[in-house]
Order: sequence, then structure tokens, then C-alpha cells
Amino acid sequence: MPGLSRSDVEHVAHLARLGLTADELSLLEGQLNHILDQYAKLAELDTEAIPPTAQTIELENILRDDVVTPSLPVEEVLRNASESAGGFVVVPPILAE
Amino acid sequence: MTDLTRLLAHEMADRLRSGEVSSRELTEAHLDAAEAGNHALNAWLTIDRDEALRQADAADERLKGPDAGSADDHPLLGIPVALKDLISVRGGQCTAGSRILEGYISPFDAHITERLRSVGAVMLGKTNMDEFAMGSSNEHSAYGPVSNPWDLETVPGGSSGGSAVAVAAYHAPLSIGTDTGGSIRQPAALTGTVGMKPTYGRVSRYGIVAFASSLDQIGPFARDTRDAAALLHAIAGRDERDSTSAPVPVPDELLTIPLNDDEAATGLRGKRLGLPKEYFVAGMEPDSRRRIEEAVAGLEGAGATVEEVSLPHTDYGLATYYIVAPAEASANLARYDGIRFGPQLGEGDVLGNYLATRGRGFGPEVKRRIMLGTYALSAGYYDAFYVKAQKVRTLIKRDFDTLFEQGFDALVAPTSPSVAFRFGAKMADPVAMYLSDACTLPVNMAGLPGVSIPCGLSEGMPVGLQLIGPAWSELELFRLARGFEALTAGADWRGKEPAQIALTTDPAQPTPAQRAATLGGRG
Repeated sequence: MPGLSRSDVEHVAHLARLGLTADELSLLEGQLNHILDQYAKLAELDTEAIPPTAQTIELENILRDDVVTPSLPVEEVLRNASESAGGFVVVPPILAE
Repeated sequence: MTDLTRLLAHEMADRLRSGEVSSRELTEAHLDAAEAGNHALNAWLTIDRDEALRQADAADERLKGPDAGSADDHPLLGIPVALKDLISVRGGQCTAGSRILEGYISPFDAHITERLRSVGAVMLGKTNMDEFAMGSSNEHSAYGPVSNPWDLETVPGGSSGGSAVAVAAYHAPLSIGTDTGGSIRQPAALTGTVGMKPTYGRVSRYGIVAFASSLDQIGPFARDTRDAAALLHAIAGRDERDSTSAPVPVPDELLTIPLNDDEAATGLRGKRLGLPKEYFVAGMEPDSRRRIEEAVAGLEGAGATVEEVSLPHTDYGLATYYIVAPAEASANLARYDGIRFGPQLGEGDVLGNYLATRGRGFGPEVKRRIMLGTYALSAGYYDAFYVKAQKVRTLIKRDFDTLFEQGFDALVAPTSPSVAFRFGAKMADPVAMYLSDACTLPVNMAGLPGVSIPCGLSEGMPVGLQLIGPAWSELELFRLARGFEALTAGADWRGKEPAQIALTTDPAQPTPAQRAATLGGRG
């Protein structure tokens, strides 16, 4: 399997929205490649005809009645926000003016 | 006077009902122990004395009230319990061991918190853990490592290290952990406690900080199988707020695991057990291996048959797990963006804030796993990594299914390839750390229940025996584990307290962080 270059590591960090320092990127480049080497073992197995398993207990979908229940108190939820106003979480503008 | 903290939970329950002791007295004794031991052990992130005493007083009222002794009385009424700090308790901090959730206050109770409240258990506080439950040593906590009371220079295992130590060090008779790849069973093994990962779907995860949603499961720690079974009974069962919570009845027999040693040991007669040869992995410590072999001989002596069996895809478990779990984690941890969860850092645009919040809020192991998972799910690699891993997961699950279809009651195996290791020993090499879970993570991949119970000491450190059963066989596993416990009731290692327990209340001792630094811990 292909190894990760430094620019690959930077690209993945961007996809993951992780702000990493140059030192962290260097360390991760080595460590991720070492871990990816372990993945190579899976190529030994022929899985062409094997179905994937996403969950193990084979539950059918369980539907519940659509009942209105009280929501969490807004003040308690907003207590965890860095900034709030008028019952909303304040974030920087997403679209430029 | 008896030291109340040394009693087992069911012994405490007897004394509560006879009026010999109150829940307030029990709770105070444990709070005192937890506070005294936290400097040297760092097992707790929050100890809530006032709230715990309020719950204890409420339990005492119930114990004295008109309904006292009724069938509704759960054996956990009035008994102290510790919760891993990823379980929501309304109005309390819930950090998941991460800086990014420092100061986060849960606005609601987790399902299991509600269940513990309803049976009248007393919640003492929240225990230390590897950040977002990612780790096998508790060294990845943003709030410092935890010492193992058997040797304060060694780790307790992880990720539920604080919950394991709280029970091993007599701060609580019971605690709750979570197990995604071994995070209950491995620390149970390393601290000489009992820990069970139930079947996937057995316990609702509503209100639990998610790591890898197809693998995470909540379970109990105790110093005794009967106590662990009673705690599972309290928290298990269907909850419609977790769509993976299964509508499978929870057997009340979990509360009547044989107390009597002879009766319990008799239950082993005629049981058919498999010994998977692949679990004696390369690099397993020879002395740990001997303890497992002695345990197997003991089980055979009690009338069980033990046959060597094969789980041929065991060796692929590590790679499979380290694709599936990080992939799910990378998706679950997207919510820590400074808006939904976490402090909003940075002063730039939305993207700049994301990068700052996540870059500064997450520790190195969490970043590694998010990177791995993001890569495994990214365009061009999804089939090669994620789909491939899901297919191998099918093969791993089929290995277990095949054996249980052949009529094996359970499998016996080591829980961990080694006893507790020193701080720093595996911090520089993530793969070495990941191998700590080689014997536990296939069980999560297959969604099965597994329990670790103490089976002796290796050079003075605890060794754990793992029993793995088919789906929904927790009761049978606890009966088998209780049988083994009964069989070894007279063993010289059984009654031993953790070797350095006396040092844990000495304020002159270094903290675990200081010990780790001295040993070159942080790598």
C-alpha cells in the first residue's frame, strides 16, 4: 500500500480540521506510516466474496412512536457555548458581506 | 471496627439491610478513601462529596421506609459506585479525559445514570481515563496518568484506568467503564479486578461520549463476579434513545449468582470450553502464560473440558480494529468544533476557529486516530481500507460463530499479553501500545461479551483470565467466572491486597505524573 508523504499528511490534517504544528506533522508522518504498514497484512486475505460487517447484532430497524417530549432547557445547553445571544450560539460569519 | 471499604458490595448490602451500617457511613468511608488516595493514584477527576451524601441519605430513607425490603429493592441500593468520566450526569462536568471538554457541564443524565439513580446507588464521582477512551494505559489522559496500586510506577491499563483503580484501591466497590477494544477487560486484568464487556446492544449508550459506535459498550468493574453481575443487572436493558440497544430480556438470575463456593464450583462440571491457540500471541510473557495454563488445569480439575481451538483470523484483528475504530472516531469527533462542543478558539473565520479549537483541544493519541480514520475514509482509500476492514471483520466474527455453533459454552484466553507495564514503556511506539489489546479487541469486532477475572500473580502483579461467550451469554459467563473464583477461593494470591496500597494514602508520595516524568514517560 502507498506510504503517506508529508503533503498527504497535511492534506489529511486539513480534511480532519486539525491545526497541527510542523513538529506534530513530522511526528505523525513517521507514526502513521508505521501504522499503515500493519494494515498491509489485510491484503493477504481474499475477501472478494465476503460481505462487509457494519454491526454485529443483526437487529432489524426498531421504530418508535413519534411522541413530542420536552427538549433540554435552552439555558442549560447554552451554558456550554463559548458565546451565545438571544438563545443562539454565536459563531463567526460564514458568508462574507 | 471493620474497614467498610474492604467489604464486597453484596456484603455491604447485607449490612445495610441489617441496619448494622448506613449508606451515609459507607459513602463517607469511600469518599475519605478516594480523597486520601487521589494524590498518589489520580484515579478521580471529580469527587462530589455533597451530592454523594445527598444520594446516600436518600438511600437510607428508602432502606428505613415503608417499602424497605420489598422486591423493588435492588442490591445496589445505598452502594457507592464510580463512573468513568464520559458518562453524563446532569449538572456535573464530563471531560472524557480531554482538554476540549474541560468545564463542559452535562445538561442531562445518561441512561445508565438514570438507572443507577432509580436503584438508589450512590455516585461518588467521575474517574480518570484515556482521552476519548483511546489508549491502553491511561497515559493519554489530558489530566495526567493513573498509578496502579500494585506498583505505583506502573500503569493500570486503559482506557478505563481510573475506574479499575477506584475499585482495586478500595475507593469504591463498583465502577462503570466502557470497552471499545478492551478498555474494561485489560485494566481489570492489570489491576486484579473483575471487568465485563457485555454484548453489543446490552447496555444503552445514551448519554455516553462516543468513540467508535459499532464497538463501544458499557460495563461493570468489581472485586467479585457477583457484584459485577449485580451492577450489570442495574444498567442493562432496552432504551429507545439508543437505536442499537437490543430488546433482549435481562435475566434476574444475574442477582442470584451462587454465593456458596462449593455450589459455584459445581457449576463448572460438564462445561465445554475452547482455548484459542492464537491468543497466546508472540511476545506474551511466559509467566503470564503459565498463570493461564494453571487456570485451565483448575477448570479441568473441576470437571470442565477444555479443548484447544482455532480462531484463524485473530492475527488480522489489530489491523482491522485500527481501521474501523479510528474511522468511526474521526466521524464521531467531528462534533468537537468549538460550536457544538468545545471552546471556540481563534479569532479568524470559521475554518481558522475549527483548526485552533481541535488542534489545541485534542491530545496526541486522539489526533493520531482522527488522522488515521480520516485517511481510511478519504476518497480513493475507502475501499482499500474501510471496506476491506469491514470484510475482514466478517471473517473474525465467523471464527467465533463457528465455535459457538459447535457447542462450546465459552472460550478461555488471556486478557492481556503482559502484566502492568511501567510508565512510558509504550508511549514512543503507538503500535506497541495497540498490541496490549490483541486478546481483547477481536471480541469487540464480533460484538460478543467477555469478562476478565483475576487468575493469579506474575512477579507480584495481577494476571487476568478472559472468558468469552456467545451473544447475550453474560449470565453464563458470570456463572463460569464465579465457578473459577470459587475454585481459587483458597489460593494464596486471592486474599492479597494491592502490594503498594499502603503508600497510596501517603501525601509525601510523588503523583503519577511525577513518576511518569521521572521514568521518561511522556513520549
